[in-house]
Amino acid sequence: MLDQKNIARKIIFFVALIAAWQLLAASGIAPEYIFPSPVGVAQTLARGFANGTFLIGVATSLQRLLVGFAISAGAGVLLGLALGRIKLLDETVGALVLGLQALPSICWLPLAVLWFGLSESAILFVVVMGALLSITLATEAGIKNTPPLYLRAARNLGARGWKLYALVILPAALPAIITGMKLGWSFAWRSLMAAELLSASLSWGLGHLLSFGRDLNDMNQVVAVMLLIIAIGLVVDRALFAPLEARVRERWGLGAQ
Amino acid sequence: MKLEIRGVSKTFQSKRGSLTAFDPIDLDIREGEFVCLLGPSGCGKSTLLNIIAGLDKPTRGEVRVDGRVVTRAGTERVMIFQNAALFPWLNVFDNVKFGLNMIGVAKPERQIVARRYLQMVHLAEFERAFVHELSGGMKQRVAIARALALNPDILLMDEPFGALDAQTRDVLHDELQAIWSNTRKTIVFVTHNVREAVVLGDRVIVLSARPARIKQEFVIDLPRLRQIESYAVVDRARAISALLKEDTHASQRDVAANVLHELEAQMVGDDVL
Repeated sequence: MLDQKNIARKIIFFVALIAAWQLLAASGIAPEYIFPSPVGVAQTLARGFANGTFLIGVATSLQRLLVGFAISAGAGVLLGLALGRIKLLDETVGALVLGLQALPSICWLPLAVLWFGLSESAILFVVVMGALLSITLATEAGIKNTPPLYLRAARNLGARGWKLYALVILPAALPAIITGMKLGWSFAWRSLMAAELLSASLSWGLGHLLSFGRDLNDMNQVVAVMLLIIAIGLVVDRALFAPLEARVRERWGLGAQ
Repeated sequence: MKLEIRGVSKTFQSKRGSLTAFDPIDLDIREGEFVCLLGPSGCGKSTLLNIIAGLDKPTRGEVRVDGRVVTRAGTERVMIFQNAALFPWLNVFDNVKFGLNMIGVAKPERQIVARRYLQMVHLAEFERAFVHELSGGMKQRVAIARALALNPDILLMDEPFGALDAQTRDVLHDELQAIWSNTRKTIVFVTHNVREAVVLGDRVIVLSARPARIKQEFVIDLPRLRQIESYAVVDRARAISALLKEDTHASQRDVAANVLHELEAQMVGDDVL
């Protein structure tokens, strides 16, 4: 019952918000290129999907994101595992990783452009730098916080070598790794949008559509693309990572976070 | 002699100084014997069990199994921990197969062996369940099946029923006695519960408060299957309780016992990582 009430409140709030927005836009306090109306944004969204530009934009951005995220996830887990188990690496490379994490990943763009030119590789580099470090640090923390009891039980049952790593240490750290992936995914998404905004000459991701909207003074397109970016971020977080995280935490006997 | 403990002592070093968990202990355990180590909490009996398992090293002395000195963990000595220590990412069946996989048993045989022991602990129909779906008693049953599947010579049990309610514990006492009768494993069972020790053990070794030493040994020759409320068990337990009581008071006054508890936990972590 509480849930239903909760949902009802949310719906009422957003309907009221959109109505107020529409009223304000219709009152004519500002021209449409300054203050767009919800109807105009909806029309732009419909048109954008109908003529394919938004679909291509979504597909282009998601493709970059997936490639960058896959690289970050693979490398981040391996690096985090190494940092969590090898003290010398932790004291040296670990300090470097921690330091680099203080740098917003978009700050890698100038370096990436000088190295790779204004290319797909440059964007990919920025995305990887956005996600890699947080996945590494989360994995490292998960490895270090593995209950010693699991390791003792595993050794007692004859586990050693790579089997100890693959079948005990990594699975034991999985809740932390998934939390890191979730964080890494949202960092990668932010980094990608920033990189696309700043490199508008490449093929058309959502960041480019946003930048293009500004160039055309088309506020409807700007807001429509912003909504799309929010929607994708929310859907992946709520539909993919949140249920996965909840399931793993339950199975591992950890409380809700 | 199956298991020989020769002059084993353990001293923990920390910033706050050193702490002796137990003075040199000598103990012989015969093949197929069920021995209970009984002592006040914080007296270092878990540490002794860890040393036998090869998960911790003695400061002095040595442990021998069939005449060979123990230097590391081995699957002929399997430990069962107080909170079962099952792997939550595996279901019950895979938990029981874990050790068999580690020592390289072929896949079809793993399944047969795991099923056999799950049946022995009456959990055959729970093989697909996950750890968070099991009760405390079921978890300990799975842990027992997981240990037995490796067919170890020696089972080391560290207060395995300490966290269970009384009814569940009584049932598991019956089951453990039955399993022991069928398999004739050598069992070293650590507990601070006097009646539990009398119900299960052929011999009850009473340890003193820290630093622990062997205070007295009791041979329990009552017929099996023993029940925890039976007059004979209660009667035997009374004498042992009196002996233990002196030391429990001593250990409660002893702040260092708590420090030792912390140290044991730390050491175990350091040792593995």
